[in-house]
Amino acid sequence: MTYGDPITAPFWEAAARRRLLIQRCRDCGVHQFYPRPFCLKCQSELVEWVEAAGTATIYSLTTVRVAVSPEFHPPYRVAVVQLDEGPRMLTNIIGGECRIGERVRVQWKERPDAPPLPVFEPVVTEPGPP
Amino acid sequence: MGNGNGKRVYIAGVAETPLGEVRDHSELSMVALAARQALAEAGMTLRDVDAIFVNYMGEEGSVQVGEYLGIRPRYADSSDLGGAAFEAFVHHAMVAISAGRCEVALVAFASLQRTRRGRRHVHPTDPLSLTAQFDNPYGPAMPISYYALIAARHMYQFGTTPEQLAEVAVAARRWAQLNPKAWARDPLSVDEVLSSKMVSDPLHRLDCCLITDGGGVVIVTNAARARNAAKRPIRVLGAGEGHTHWHVSQMPDLTVSPGVISSREAFGMAGITPAEVDVFEPYDAFTISVILHLEDLGFCKKGEGGAFVEGGRLGPGGGLPSMTSGGGLSYNHPGALGILLLVEAVRQLRGECGERQVPNAQIAVAHGMGGFFSVASTVVLARE
Repeated sequence: MTYGDPITAPFWEAAARRRLLIQRCRDCGVHQFYPRPFCLKCQSELVEWVEAAGTATIYSLTTVRVAVSPEFHPPYRVAVVQLDEGPRMLTNIIGGECRIGERVRVQWKERPDAPPLPVFEPVVTEPGPP
Repeated sequence: MGNGNGKRVYIAGVAETPLGEVRDHSELSMVALAARQALAEAGMTLRDVDAIFVNYMGEEGSVQVGEYLGIRPRYADSSDLGGAAFEAFVHHAMVAISAGRCEVALVAFASLQRTRRGRRHVHPTDPLSLTAQFDNPYGPAMPISYYALIAARHMYQFGTTPEQLAEVAVAARRWAQLNPKAWARDPLSVDEVLSSKMVSDPLHRLDCCLITDGGGVVIVTNAARARNAAKRPIRVLGAGEGHTHWHVSQMPDLTVSPGVISSREAFGMAGITPAEVDVFEPYDAFTISVILHLEDLGFCKKGEGGAFVEGGRLGPGGGLPSMTSGGGLSYNHPGALGILLLVEAVRQLRGECGERQVPNAQIAVAHGMGGFFSVASTVVLARE
């Protein structure tokens, strides 16, 4: 069963395999998200799906402290992240403490009635050799 | 100064609907009462109205309002531009009147959102919509978290502080204390704003607007029809509108609103600069909103809005009297505030505001906003 609409379905099909897809314009090379049947930058219709690196920078961040609906349990973090390829997306931040400007990478949150959802967690800097 | 084509357009009457907690009316009856009052100020009756402009008055809103009021308009507009619709309607009415397509435009709104408890925290959307796919699964509190993301980015980029945001709420409250119709009139300090419950960081409960019932009506007309008004008609010098995004993830820059576009259009048409504005009525759904409006309309540079509001500059006796009714933060916020910004701006220019009157007010700006800094609309008004 497909999820989403005919234009977004490839995104969710890839999400089921835990791959983060965005669109890239074959004419001007610019990436975009969410998907559209044309390039917002140069108007070309030659847009193709490519896999994003999955790394991003936190552009803005808030902690929700009120009950939005029964499925959400505050407090939790909502962010706008900027993918390394350029596009921004709304997401949740999971894992450790982090701030605006810090690096995050994609993780996948299982959902009962929908494909896995891309969320982001802080990139933990590998400790150097002793 | 003028609207460019030499045809003068006026607001000839304004009225609030019943405000606060309204238990003895429907939205339509509220609009009817306010329409009759506003038309009386204009020296007119419902029989004179030939154009209707409404938002959030139900499906095919102008059609429902027209039937209820017994108006069969020759020009109608129910554009959903969110809370920014009403300043945009003055723009649309100005264009239509200038083109001779109508003469007497009724701009109206009423809401019982408080007594109906209709406020919602999630987008009610079609599961196939982009919002349902890409925003709702993350649980943003609607609309507060979107404004919180904008505030957090402004703080990160420009060093704006929670205390500066709180100054906006304090200024609004000081005006509300001078307005007998204001909902919240108790004294308010910066510390009290900062110690109120955090809703979505960095916005506290008292960084957020009221949830009340209310609404209003504004009558826009041409020079000939305005001549018979019972009260002083107020000239519409300029108007403009714009929108840039719906989803906050698609907002080009989280610190810049489409107020840049709407004010460029409105100030350009009016032939004025921000320095000439005596009274500012910004759409203050959240404290951060006012900071962005001040910057985007050119009252200060981008990033300097926080410092600008310090020292009570927006409050009574300050350098830029703003939110003079008490605003959405302390006077009334019926879900779409824009109509009440126009009502207050007109009353300030007529000199009717009693204790809260800004001395010698000649030029006022009402600035509407809708969505999540998505839509903006600006109206420049002048006393002649």
